[in-house]
Amino acid sequence: MTEKRSKAKERSGHPLDDLLREDRIPHIWCPGCGIGTAFSSCLKAIRSSGVEPKNVVMVSGIGCSGRAAGYVNLDSFHTTHGRAIPFATGLKLANPVLHVIVFSGDGDLFAIGGNHLIHAARRNVDMTVICVNNFNYGMTGGQVAATTPKSARTTTTPFGNPETPFSLPHIAYASGATYVARWTILHTREIAKSVEEALLKKGFSFIEVLSPCPVNYGRRNRESSLETLKIYQDKTIIKNGAHPSSVDIDPEKGIILGKFIDVDRPTCKEMYDKICRSE
Amino acid sequence: MKASVLTGQHYISGDVACAEGALAAGCRFFAGYPITPATEIAEHVAKRLPEVGGTFIQMEDEIAAMAAVLGASWAGKKSMTATSGPGFSLMMENIGLGICTETPCVVVNVQRTGPSTGLPTMGAQGDMMQARWGAHGHYEIIALAPSSPQEMFYLTITAFNLSETYRLPVLIMSDEIVGHMSERVTIPPFKEISTSSRPRPKGRKDRFKLYKPGPNGVAPMPSVGEGFRIHVTGLTHDEKGYPVLTAETQEEMMARITGKIRKNLGDIIQTEGYRLDDAEVVLISYGVSARTSLAAVDLARKHGVKAGLLRLITIWPFPEDPIRRLAERVKGFMTVEINMGQIHLEVQRCVGRKTPAVLVGHPGGAIISPDHVYEALKEAF
Ligand code: SF4
Repeated sequence: MTEKRSKAKERSGHPLDDLLREDRIPHIWCPGCGIGTAFSSCLKAIRSSGVEPKNVVMVSGIGCSGRAAGYVNLDSFHTTHGRAIPFATGLKLANPVLHVIVFSGDGDLFAIGGNHLIHAARRNVDMTVICVNNFNYGMTGGQVAATTPKSARTTTTPFGNPETPFSLPHIAYASGATYVARWTILHTREIAKSVEEALLKKGFSFIEVLSPCPVNYGRRNRESSLETLKIYQDKTIIKNGAHPSSVDIDPEKGIILGKFIDVDRPTCKEMYDKICRSE
Repeated sequence: MKASVLTGQHYISGDVACAEGALAAGCRFFAGYPITPATEIAEHVAKRLPEVGGTFIQMEDEIAAMAAVLGASWAGKKSMTATSGPGFSLMMENIGLGICTETPCVVVNVQRTGPSTGLPTMGAQGDMMQARWGAHGHYEIIALAPSSPQEMFYLTITAFNLSETYRLPVLIMSDEIVGHMSERVTIPPFKEISTSSRPRPKGRKDRFKLYKPGPNGVAPMPSVGEGFRIHVTGLTHDEKGYPVLTAETQEEMMARITGKIRKNLGDIIQTEGYRLDDAEVVLISYGVSARTSLAAVDLARKHGVKAGLLRLITIWPFPEDPIRRLAERVKGFMTVEINMGQIHLEVQRCVGRKTPAVLVGHPGGAIISPDHVYEALKEAF
């Protein structure tokens, strides 16, 4: 492994090359998109966690973020829309040695897949869910999502969004997640640290990463990628330990970031073994 | 740990026999969701799986159940789920993912009367075409139809063996009547049960191609965590498993996923004949309807009508050859099924225009009695 890694390093000089399917590059993400940044922070965390890559598996659903599984040089699955979490649940319960990462988008995980997320959190299935939240459906051209801010314009809310968005950390927490954090793609080190902690933690971990989608969301809401990053710089407040019910995304009052929850609770498998295999 | 094969004589329902068949076949993961009349399968494995080192989980819906089954299969476990019509509809998208990604698993549909909620506690055979074409896109599928609790046991083993051999979801199309009836079921000794496992990769891991077919058209399959660094996608993919979104790759992929079934029909298809040797009129049936058809054959014979029965054990791929061969020599066919004509369409296709083929169908909620079949036979021929 180490030998192979150093060979890869020699060839192209980047320490994460071994975790990338170089033969799949160039990727499909647009210039200015934040998904790649979230993705590389995740790779860094996999490396720094010290977990054997052989035992790390990435599962994605459908969408721009859902393409991540196609670029990671690990066992990786690009599944159906919204179903990454139950697929990952099957993987984890059938082989508990695996470290399972679900990398997907807000539409995939919280609209079509919302039911699965809350139940995996409730069961405390030992997995790490990384949700890239770009506030709309990027892959299909920028439709309203369950995360789109009120009044924001998308192709299916041409007059502005009349609905109220979800607060993702709040849902994850209320459903039983044992680790909950939110960062933006400006916070690459914090993302990597959170992913590493989550990977090494037993239990359902949820990390939201706010990310610009300049091509769809940004364009319709007069926000260039740079302007979005400026908001991430100026309007974010890091409040580790903040209660997830208080972490709204409000550019006026501020966008609350941080590690909100880090608690221990027996996992799905631990409880199953204890209760169902006791005889 | 307790025994996974409960050798001996049992008086159990079809659903329970199916569950025991799964354990005997080596199934060690079940994800399900309660639904009449398939719930008893989940209830039985919920108790039995942890006893044999396996895992049961009741998911939040059938979509999740099917997704979890696919995930568990890639983790190396023989996996299954069981459901009925409404749940079967919900599973369809992920059954399609299983077909496209060549994932072995077993899906049991204990059919009830539809459409929609229909008659939830009453049997039917109305999902036979959904079994064939329910997921989107074109594909080949394997579906089996057991006629008794004993066959629920054996065909569940067969279903696992076929799914492992050919790397695809195999469907068991049972019905409420067979699922809920209790009969004597003989479970043979462990040693007498033959089980198959997915072909395993050999050679260098870095040169491994996930979908490079072996001699029978089926590619070897590694499990997650073995260091192959596989990529599995529902997008159209090449032999390496990588998405390549072109018509040419689509053609190659389709040739592989349909070819592995079309080229092995002889190994897959099973039918059973009853009094066919001198038969002039042939009933074609499956599942519970094959039982009443069998009684109808005896009834007709008693009245001097030379009737016989071709029981379809494999429904998909459709047993075209046995029907075509019979069509060359018999006077007529009659399809007996609890729907308004699904498998009958296939029978008509195979029989052609020279020989008459009529349907004895039923909208669901009851079995088709032998008397009814015999009366229809008299009238038609
Ligand atoms: S559409 Fe938006 S989210 Fe998708 S790749 Fe482009 S910028 Fe990123």
